[in-house]
Amino acid sequence: MAETSGIDRRSFLKATLISGGALLVGLNLPNASRAAERFGITPVADAAFQPNAFIRIAPDGLVTVTVGQAEMGQGVLTSLPMIVADELEVDWANVAFEQGPAGKAFVNPMLGSQITGGSSSVKAFFGPLRKSAASVREMLVTAAAQKWGVAPESCKAMNGTVVHSASGRTAKYGDLLAAAALISPPVEPKLKDPKDFRYIGRSMKRLDTPSKVNGSGVFGIDVRLPGMLTAVIARSPVVGGTVNTVDDSGARAIRGVRSVENLGHGVAVVADNYWAAHKGLNALKITWNKGKMASASSEAIYRAFAAAADGPNAIEAKKTGDIALGRSKAVKTIDAVYWTPFLAHATMEPMNATVDVRADGCDVWAGIQAQLSVQANVAKALKIAPEKINVHTTLLGGGFGRRLGEYVIDAAILSKAVGKPVKVIWTREDDMQNDFYRPATYNKMSAGLDVAGKPVFWQHRLVNDSIMASLGPSIFGFSPPPDKLDDSATEGAHTLPYDMQNLLVDWVKGETGVPVGFWRSVGSSHTAFSTECFLDELAHAAGKDPLDFRLSLLGKDERHAGALRLAAEKAGWRTPAPKGIFRGIAVHESFGSYVAQVAEVSVTSGAVRVHRVVCAVDCGQVVNPDTVAAQMEGGIIYGLTAALYGEITLKDGSIDQHNFYDYKMLRMNETPKIEVYILPSTEKHGGVGEPGTPPIAPAVANAIFAATGKRIRSLPIRPSDLKEKA
Amino acid sequence: MTKISINKKEYETDADPDTPLLWVIRDDTGLTGTKFGCGVAQCGACTIHLNGAARRSCVTPLKSAVGKEITTIEGLSPDITHPLQKAWIAEDVPQCGYCQSGQLMSAAILLTENKNPTDNDIDLAMSGIICRCGTYNRIRSAIKLAAKNGGK
Repeated sequence: MAETSGIDRRSFLKATLISGGALLVGLNLPNASRAAERFGITPVADAAFQPNAFIRIAPDGLVTVTVGQAEMGQGVLTSLPMIVADELEVDWANVAFEQGPAGKAFVNPMLGSQITGGSSSVKAFFGPLRKSAASVREMLVTAAAQKWGVAPESCKAMNGTVVHSASGRTAKYGDLLAAAALISPPVEPKLKDPKDFRYIGRSMKRLDTPSKVNGSGVFGIDVRLPGMLTAVIARSPVVGGTVNTVDDSGARAIRGVRSVENLGHGVAVVADNYWAAHKGLNALKITWNKGKMASASSEAIYRAFAAAADGPNAIEAKKTGDIALGRSKAVKTIDAVYWTPFLAHATMEPMNATVDVRADGCDVWAGIQAQLSVQANVAKALKIAPEKINVHTTLLGGGFGRRLGEYVIDAAILSKAVGKPVKVIWTREDDMQNDFYRPATYNKMSAGLDVAGKPVFWQHRLVNDSIMASLGPSIFGFSPPPDKLDDSATEGAHTLPYDMQNLLVDWVKGETGVPVGFWRSVGSSHTAFSTECFLDELAHAAGKDPLDFRLSLLGKDERHAGALRLAAEKAGWRTPAPKGIFRGIAVHESFGSYVAQVAEVSVTSGAVRVHRVVCAVDCGQVVNPDTVAAQMEGGIIYGLTAALYGEITLKDGSIDQHNFYDYKMLRMNETPKIEVYILPSTEKHGGVGEPGTPPIAPAVANAIFAATGKRIRSLPIRPSDLKEKA
Repeated sequence: MTKISINKKEYETDADPDTPLLWVIRDDTGLTGTKFGCGVAQCGACTIHLNGAARRSCVTPLKSAVGKEITTIEGLSPDITHPLQKAWIAEDVPQCGYCQSGQLMSAAILLTENKNPTDNDIDLAMSGIICRCGTYNRIRSAIKLAAKNGGK
């Protein structure tokens, strides 16, 4: 209950004294949908005050930061509180986090919805959280100054205490809350000088680690409610297929099975526990309508993409100069086709959700990266108002772009049908075969060199499915116009940093019918491979060292060049590699961060072994350096797994892969030594969750070329391709 | 009813004897620290100790655990003081954290059997447990740190 409040309607802050004497501060962050704006769709402005992140100070001085962003391993439950703690001047030992609910209150100001993605959390919240914490600090200082009858400027905040040095008086934040609540929040508080930062820029221990080493952390799959039932769903073996007939007599005879429900796209067995549901599922007899994907195959998709690449329907992504003019100047022209496959996310925690639908509303528990769209989509499915749906975000057992939340809807429908809370658990096979896959991409590439070995043109046509067409309507609430570029399809390609004099990057929209989605680093997950390998081909054609060739084309682009130089220096690029070891290099910017990697590789009888990866990252101003390092390490393993093993294929409309035995993951014994070096930077924040992934595949492929003379133009890397020297 | 002992506590379950121990632990006792990842002993997220040996609980039937002592991540220490838990915190190992119960339970057996594991020993003991976040190098460092601290 609000008791007193100091509200300034023009301000972005609202401070309220709540019961128990704690001060609750809501922040109203500016909000615009960048995703919609890209397609010329104007987002609806929301004028009403809606606090969208919170700081709570308790009378005992404990500062709790409510984080609306989801924790999926990237450390957001630590990095956002660090920003608040620093500017608010409180001791780190007195800082706690709390996972926030779904609400417009927690909209990511960069993405226009409550979304954890695009490596954007620090980028989006650094400024607003800092400013808010500074305002709260000034309110506390003013409260103390008023109490003492001195000028606020003569007081200072430190370690959760306001100090008036001249008189030696001190007051703890916890004792100033009632007075501070009556003060209008300053709109332009004075921010700390970055040289005085105590936490920002220092490696702070993650606040969520203890709960992740003793089994107490609650992931979606761990949610337990009184009377809850567990459901497992039989799904169509063909992508997009539907249920034709069901014989559920066998399933219903299994002890513990409570209900069998036909969901249209699948048949759910609802039981007392997972194993009963699983046994019931095995006893179902279902016939399926295969639908329009019945004859889909990877080979047909490749052929269709190759034909589309030669067709007339390309949408321009970037054009500079004149390709025909460039071609006329070329003395050497290189053409190549690069291919990257569909990929599954394969989070360690299979998809799951728990929903309790009651007459008075509905509660959802799940690991979710997009809470507001879950709220809207569940509301639509249940035909109730979104405000009646409480979304509780649990820890995410991996996100990587997979956990946008469509899996919640089945649980909602089932809970309504059986009148009890229902937890839906996907099997690993469900997870592998019903993903929103990283789009497969066909790249038709052509470039030319002049007499001096300088590039005179670069032409890159990409063919792949549109992620925004696949997910725009359900996640962002709009469909992209069919004739417009989905720039997530070409990002990293149309942003090629090198001076090519004449450049054309364009895109043909694929129509495979395979559900596609955001996969760690999105477009850059494949464009770094195609562009950085093809550039390496050019370097060799020009007879230049791959590092020197890149640097010569970067002009004044110091951020790409700086990352390249640092990675090369630390890897000893200019010195011979150990015997049998070969090096490859790549650099790629994504999400505002510049990452260069040198891979050291050996190839023995076609078997590729990556021994060492040296990574240099310029991600602008750093909040938690150890988190940056951890995200680079993880991003490299994620990208290396894809480069060496990752491939989702289809035959007769069915996904060929099932589990970790046929969709392999990199393991401990295959993991290279990884060194991460962070470039000192005062530039604005870049993301870190994704940018470590893109450069590793080209760095490894370029090293394989150095080792074998064989160009890898298709992923994953196949040992059979490497046995003979080209 | 079947009686089993988990973390030195007795539990009773009416689950069928062929039910994988994983689901008895998770659904019947509410000890949810042991995770489901693949169901076919490919990922190791479900690793527990059965009479002091590491087992994949997703393929271990309930009946094979009767009369034996089961230890789950919740039983590794009462207060996060197992040397590996301390080392995991020191190295800030976990990212999403989902696989870490399995990693810790596997590492605990390794250190029990081998006070000073080499890189190769660590590879042999730990390569069965997948970490999709890629924390392998930190896991390796943390195991070495715990070993160096002499299991304290």
